[in-house]
Amino acid sequence: MEASCYHCGDSCGKHPIVFDEKKFCCTGCKTVYELFSENDLSCYYDYAEQAGTTPEVTEKYTFLDKPEIIEKLLEFEDANIAVVNLYIPHIHCSSCIWLLENLQKLNDNIRHSQVDFPKKTVRITYKTEAYTLRELVSLLGKIGYTPYISLENLDKKKTKTDRSLFYKLGIAGFAFGNVMFLSFPEYFEVSEFWLDRYKHVFRWVMFAFSLPVVFYAAQDYFIAAYKGLRAKSLTIDVPIALGIIVLFIRSTTEIVLDIGSGFFDSLTGLVFFLLVGKFFQQKTYAFLSFERDYKSYFPIAVTRVKHQSGKIIEESIQVYEIQNGDHLLIRHNELLPVDAKLLSPEALLDYSFVTGESKSVAKTVGEKLFAGGKQLEGAIEVEALAAVEQSYLTKLWSQEIFSKDKDASYKNIITKVSRHFTWIVLLIAFVSTAIWLYLDASQALQVFTAVLIIACPCALALSAPFTLGNMLRIFGYQKFYLKNAQVIEKLAQADTLVFDKTGTMTSQEEKQITYEGVALTPEEQSLLTASLRSSNHPLSRSLYSFLQSQNITTLDSFSEEIGKGITAIKGKQEIKIGSANFVGIQTDNKLEETSVYIKMQPDYKGKYIFVNKYRKGLQTLFRRLKNNYHLVILSGDNDSQREKLMQILPSETQMFFKQSPEDKLNYIKRLQAEGKKVVMIGDGLNDAGALAQSDVGIALSENTNVFSPACDAILDATKFAALDTFLKASKKTIHIIKASFMLSFFYNVIGLYFAVTGQLSPVIAAILMPLSSISVLAFVTVYANVSAKKMGL
Amino acid sequence: MSVIYLLLALSICVAIVFFVVFLLSVKRGQYDDLHSPAVRMLFEDELVEKTSNNLTSKNQKS
Repeated sequence: MEASCYHCGDSCGKHPIVFDEKKFCCTGCKTVYELFSENDLSCYYDYAEQAGTTPEVTEKYTFLDKPEIIEKLLEFEDANIAVVNLYIPHIHCSSCIWLLENLQKLNDNIRHSQVDFPKKTVRITYKTEAYTLRELVSLLGKIGYTPYISLENLDKKKTKTDRSLFYKLGIAGFAFGNVMFLSFPEYFEVSEFWLDRYKHVFRWVMFAFSLPVVFYAAQDYFIAAYKGLRAKSLTIDVPIALGIIVLFIRSTTEIVLDIGSGFFDSLTGLVFFLLVGKFFQQKTYAFLSFERDYKSYFPIAVTRVKHQSGKIIEESIQVYEIQNGDHLLIRHNELLPVDAKLLSPEALLDYSFVTGESKSVAKTVGEKLFAGGKQLEGAIEVEALAAVEQSYLTKLWSQEIFSKDKDASYKNIITKVSRHFTWIVLLIAFVSTAIWLYLDASQALQVFTAVLIIACPCALALSAPFTLGNMLRIFGYQKFYLKNAQVIEKLAQADTLVFDKTGTMTSQEEKQITYEGVALTPEEQSLLTASLRSSNHPLSRSLYSFLQSQNITTLDSFSEEIGKGITAIKGKQEIKIGSANFVGIQTDNKLEETSVYIKMQPDYKGKYIFVNKYRKGLQTLFRRLKNNYHLVILSGDNDSQREKLMQILPSETQMFFKQSPEDKLNYIKRLQAEGKKVVMIGDGLNDAGALAQSDVGIALSENTNVFSPACDAILDATKFAALDTFLKASKKTIHIIKASFMLSFFYNVIGLYFAVTGQLSPVIAAILMPLSSISVLAFVTVYANVSAKKMGL
Repeated sequence: MSVIYLLLALSICVAIVFFVVFLLSVKRGQYDDLHSPAVRMLFEDELVEKTSNNLTSKNQKS
């Protein structure tokens, strides 16, 4: 078995670098280890083994010298102290926390640092006299914790975390507990002497406690009910708000007129339980973002090159300042922020951000490059053809769908039920009042308010948030992260599934390698593997691991031309490995696959073809889905894979190729116009429009640390084959909610019996309300968990 | 029996004290990140230099 790196846990290959009796996969990891052990930070390896990552060596932080950029990134700054909050995607374990909170050992100018683990951010306080932000960021990069700084950081308004729900919950809980204590004596011994004497004090204290509950903690329900009424829809908030108002007014009247003790316990309990439900539903994944647009992918600044009287001036400018005709320098691993024309002889671009396709594209001088490509080999110079907002890719975001709030217009299951519910309750209230007016007019008002109080749909309002919130968590454990609970309801209604092909149905990492050409002799084979071993290019690496050599020979000479290929000599044999151009052969047609060509001087031998593998379980997944859903594939690629797909997928599947991002968006729009409920499953920025337009946009992600475009849900790629289970579980969730409605209606009927017959006493209300709520909660929680277990979630 | 006024006032005062402490802890951001403090408390003390926690809370306010 091959040893794994002491620092990062990657495989060390056959020849690990040994240092301090520990094995490392590369010098980068070794350097980090040395740095840590010199600064008494070797504990890093105690908290979690192999926690590190290979450091990235870049020089791309020149923009951090610009004061106006620094100013926007810093959270706080005065004469000699600055605070910066940096997002570091690599934060993943306790060692990370420990190391990042001990940064001051690496540099004295760092005063203090604190990690927010769920958000993956670190807040660093440093001295500005002798230290700059650029040095700080480089230090973090050097130890493998490269902060992610993007265009988004510049635009971001300082968002305040909303803690009002905590306050409201605290107030309601506090009041509920105290009111319960205070009202307890009166439940049983109404006519006892001492109680009778002091009951007024108790009642007024309860009244005081209920004030902040009604006027602060419950205010959201009043606002929502008012909004609902104005929009002429009877949302669940209407009967709730009505119930709260009636409870408060009747209780206050009762204690003022000394009729009874009021329903303050039920009132505060009701608000408390409702808020608990709200809190439970608000499960958020702080480390994920569902709102990303191109800004989170794009760099803050680029290097502009000016040729002035023979001299070359380089300056770092903000991306928004780029103008048509500017000459830009794009360094190794930098992202091209605008559409541009290539000025350097050659470029190798990775468009995986845009298309989800990991195959890099070679371009030659004069060709047009689209924004979003990442330069892979060396630095290139380009001429900007448009400003950032007018680039081909970024124009997609000017479509109206991105400014529309999908959730606002959605009528959820609760709203549909509460419409009927509210009318029925009002009807019962008026009919029973009318009857009591006839029987005993003095009781009529009591009965009217009692009906409204007892019908206040606490259990009803709680069942949906708890079921949805519970399912949201179960999905989260299974690496299917939803933006909010409403997504489950929408998933349950879906009847059409639209898939992107590249990157969604195919895996980005796993490649199938096949060889085409003249078979190689064992000597040639060993020369090939020996040459590949010396190369760091991703294709060489994956080909090397595919070939699995036995005997390693040493090479006489080796040279690698970046972005083109390798030349190696052993004895009389010379081998050339690389692109078609490099090897010197004409490719017969413009094949779309990635290939590595092999030439044993002087003959061309053959090529290794890299094809993206389809994800495991794709075939069976489609087969399971085809009965219940209309299946569509929208691909940005050409139709070279059509035959293959038709073989493995059910014949009902519709396929469309060469779809631009706008085409995809418009296709979804057309489906929706036909009344279809569409779920889009995509991954790249090219799917962003379709993801936003669809009823539910699911972004597939191989690594949740890496960004995915704006969407309603993020699905971990390893769980792709379980998609049908998630859909089924969503349907089940709605079923559970409906069942729980039955249960809460049952409690309502019991309560209404007491109310209509004029027997509703505070004790009955105080027992019935928590009892119904808690039993409904227990019902939905147990039911949801059991059904999830059954489905294998 | 009028001592009940005093007892009632006292008990409510105690309750309010705890309630205010809760509000302050929310305000200081104690409920914003529930994971890192749980990990942080398990680190060996002697390895960590004295860091002043007041610093960050001051900065948050500013």
